[in-house]
Amino acid sequence: MSVLLRTFKVLSLMFVSTELFAAAQMDLTPGVTAISQEVYELHTLILWICVIIGAGVFGVIFYSMFAHRKSKGAVAANFHDNMTVEVLWTVIPFLILIGMAIPAAKTLIKMESPADDAEVTIKITGYQWKWNYDYMHEGFSFFSNLAQSNRDVINSKNPKDREGINYLLDVDNRMVLPVGKKVRFLMTSNDVIHSWWIPAFAVKKDAIPGYINEAHTTVPKVGVYRGQCAELCGKDHGFMPIVVEVKSEADYAAWVAEKKGAAMAAAASDSKVWSQDELMAKGEAVYNASCAACHGPTGDGVPGVFPAMKGSAIATGNLAAHLDIVINGSKVNPAMAAYGAQMSDADLAAVITYERNAFGNNTGDAVQPADVKAARK
Amino acid sequence: MSEDHHDHKPTGIGRWLFSTNHKDIGTMYLWFSFIMLFIGGGMAMIIRAELYQPGMQLVEPDFFNQMTTLHGLIMVFGVIMPAFVGFANWLVPMMIGAPDMALPRMNNMSFWILPFAFGTLISTLFMEGSAPNFGWTFYAPLSTTYGPASTDYFIFGVHLMGISSIMGSINVIVTILNMRAPGMTLMKMPIFVWTWLITAFLLIAVMPVLAGVVTMMLTDRNFGTSFFEASGGGDPVMFQHVFWFFGHPEVYIMILPSFGIISQIIPTFARKKLFGYSSMVYATASIAILSFIVWAHHMYTVGMPLAGELFFMLATMLIAVPTGVKVFNWTATMWKGSLTFETPMLFSVAFIILFTIGGFSGLMMSITPIDFQYHDTYFIVAHFHYVLVTGALFAIFAGAYYWLPKWTGNMYDETLGKVHFWISLVSVNVLFFPMHFLGLAGMPRRIPDYALQFTDFNQMASIGAFVFGGIQLLFLFIVIKCIRGGEKATDRVWEGAEGLEFEQLPSPAPFHSFTDAPQVK
Repeated sequence: MSVLLRTFKVLSLMFVSTELFAAAQMDLTPGVTAISQEVYELHTLILWICVIIGAGVFGVIFYSMFAHRKSKGAVAANFHDNMTVEVLWTVIPFLILIGMAIPAAKTLIKMESPADDAEVTIKITGYQWKWNYDYMHEGFSFFSNLAQSNRDVINSKNPKDREGINYLLDVDNRMVLPVGKKVRFLMTSNDVIHSWWIPAFAVKKDAIPGYINEAHTTVPKVGVYRGQCAELCGKDHGFMPIVVEVKSEADYAAWVAEKKGAAMAAAASDSKVWSQDELMAKGEAVYNASCAACHGPTGDGVPGVFPAMKGSAIATGNLAAHLDIVINGSKVNPAMAAYGAQMSDADLAAVITYERNAFGNNTGDAVQPADVKAARK
Repeated sequence: MSEDHHDHKPTGIGRWLFSTNHKDIGTMYLWFSFIMLFIGGGMAMIIRAELYQPGMQLVEPDFFNQMTTLHGLIMVFGVIMPAFVGFANWLVPMMIGAPDMALPRMNNMSFWILPFAFGTLISTLFMEGSAPNFGWTFYAPLSTTYGPASTDYFIFGVHLMGISSIMGSINVIVTILNMRAPGMTLMKMPIFVWTWLITAFLLIAVMPVLAGVVTMMLTDRNFGTSFFEASGGGDPVMFQHVFWFFGHPEVYIMILPSFGIISQIIPTFARKKLFGYSSMVYATASIAILSFIVWAHHMYTVGMPLAGELFFMLATMLIAVPTGVKVFNWTATMWKGSLTFETPMLFSVAFIILFTIGGFSGLMMSITPIDFQYHDTYFIVAHFHYVLVTGALFAIFAGAYYWLPKWTGNMYDETLGKVHFWISLVSVNVLFFPMHFLGLAGMPRRIPDYALQFTDFNQMASIGAFVFGGIQLLFLFIVIKCIRGGEKATDRVWEGAEGLEFEQLPSPAPFHSFTDAPQVK
């Protein structure tokens, strides 16, 4: 019953006032960039042209339905042709369309202008089901996954768990941009087609394997902007959000320095010897971010589609075969990607150790980065 | 001799299995489409139930993708298209004064392929692994390199559907061009016949393209080719070009016969001739021709060059002109008529208004720079459901109510028909109108779960969906009740009805009609 009441409330609010309805967005966002504002204005212009034409045409239909009813004694007229009106209602819409096409073409030309003068270039690579952001001139890159806080509550029975965490719109590592600088995005994909979209920038471009697409934006305002993958890319298409944080120039520089440091630390961690506990802790984090989507957080997989980890022949058998499938991918099933290209030696060592010792698997192996390095050959 | 011959019907299952009678085959097409409507509709109910609230409650994400994929394929190829072929089978020979379709055995074959095609497609749900889960547009490489094993069955099913459609459309063209009664020139044909003639040419032109694209998929998947595999030198974007070269004419294949049905019904209940008959014919032909040069408006975000984006934007906007002409002509037909509102007319008027709303959102999406914001969101979902549900499906409902008395000899229950109309009208708008808001607010399509700010409108849409889905059972009841009996229909059925099927044939139309060709003045 409360459901019906709620629906009725929502319905009535729609007709009574759009302000009361502010909780749910109903219109396109004007966004924050010059282009997104222009897109919003174009959208509004064309929407209103449609509303006015619609009101006219539907008005005539409703008037006719009211006034020309047989029950009111209406007698049918005899006309069924009129050259003048037929020419008019062909030519006038054509002219209206030209009026729409001119501003549309202008905006489009701006959006598709080259971005050779960009100050930052980021290569965006789509993966099933995460993004990789490569800051090409800074020399570091990182993956951006659905935040663990979001992932944990997808199946929760308590709706309250999903509140206050930007459910399905939060990631572990945000893309960071400097405010007011022209940024060029280069989009591509490692597997299937994805589409990178931030509504507030009016940037949506497909990430296609074998292609490098280009887009650009200049964000004038510091803030956090959220979007989602817009092209069906498989099972977890709904679970690969995009979060962009725009920082002041100084904060951006500090962030870049920190990321460069982290890249060096990661390189160092590839050459150290890890304890079993360190490997398991790191491995669990890596597993949840990269493996759990298919193989399941408890290693159960999806019968018939994604193999289980628990008690699997590979995860409990010969280590060389386990290293091979994680590093080089599966030869028979492309859904198992080659993670050697995506992860550091330390990450691979940790996650393989985790898979061999979690979910009741009990090999006791502690795989070291050096083992991975050797197996990569 | 002709008297005994006239109503001799074969009996038993053989009547249907071996039928070469256009009316029986038409009936089978319509029932097939009706059954598929409930299967595809059931999948829609699963989708809307999962989307009722955030979080995953009922199904797994992969199964959700299987549902959206099969829902789309079944509704497009199993409901709308066969229903229109059913109408064509029943009506084209009666409207042009022919005794039957020109190629009756091929007619039988083109129907009987369909149950096997859809049996194959639906059987994938019961296979190990996943049923097709890549959307009804099956973009490569998600459907090729990454497609489940059952994809090969899907390809076989699509091939069968294509063969069926091509045979059906050859039959329509040959019938219309060769079997018209003396005196019925092309420009005297009922508009429904015109729209089907044009639709049949579209089908013959694009079904082989669909067959080509799925064959390329088949060889990519099984025989080591790389048409769509970038790492082998192929091109995933080419898949989309080839698919939409089929796909855009395909969407007009699903709407042109609706235009024909509406153009038959509006004059009847306005008691006034169709306004601008010849401009209706030219508008339909223009829409069909334009449909071949606009396909890439489905692909604005793939990274086409600016010149391509501009061309496809302008070409797409042009379609608004002939479509507008049609809407204005229907309005002018109603203007100063003597209107009554029986169920077929109610559905037809709703069609004009709601299809036009779908047309407006289509026009908005033709504008490339703003389509970047609409693309792959619920805005497009709202758009194509307005043109396909309140468009094509409402036209099918209108046509069914309009011709049922001629087909069965009995009037349907007018009160129940009106109940069906009003509940459908309200619920379908509660279902699809909020999707415009969801799309504009940024909800992507084809996601099994969503962020919290989309909750309210999704709940509305789901409630609308359950009501709209449920009320179609009433339609099933109305149809069965009408077949089993009811007030006898007159030969003319409707006061204002015109055309050979109403003026020269009794109700119900005899098993064999027009063994002697009527004269058309």
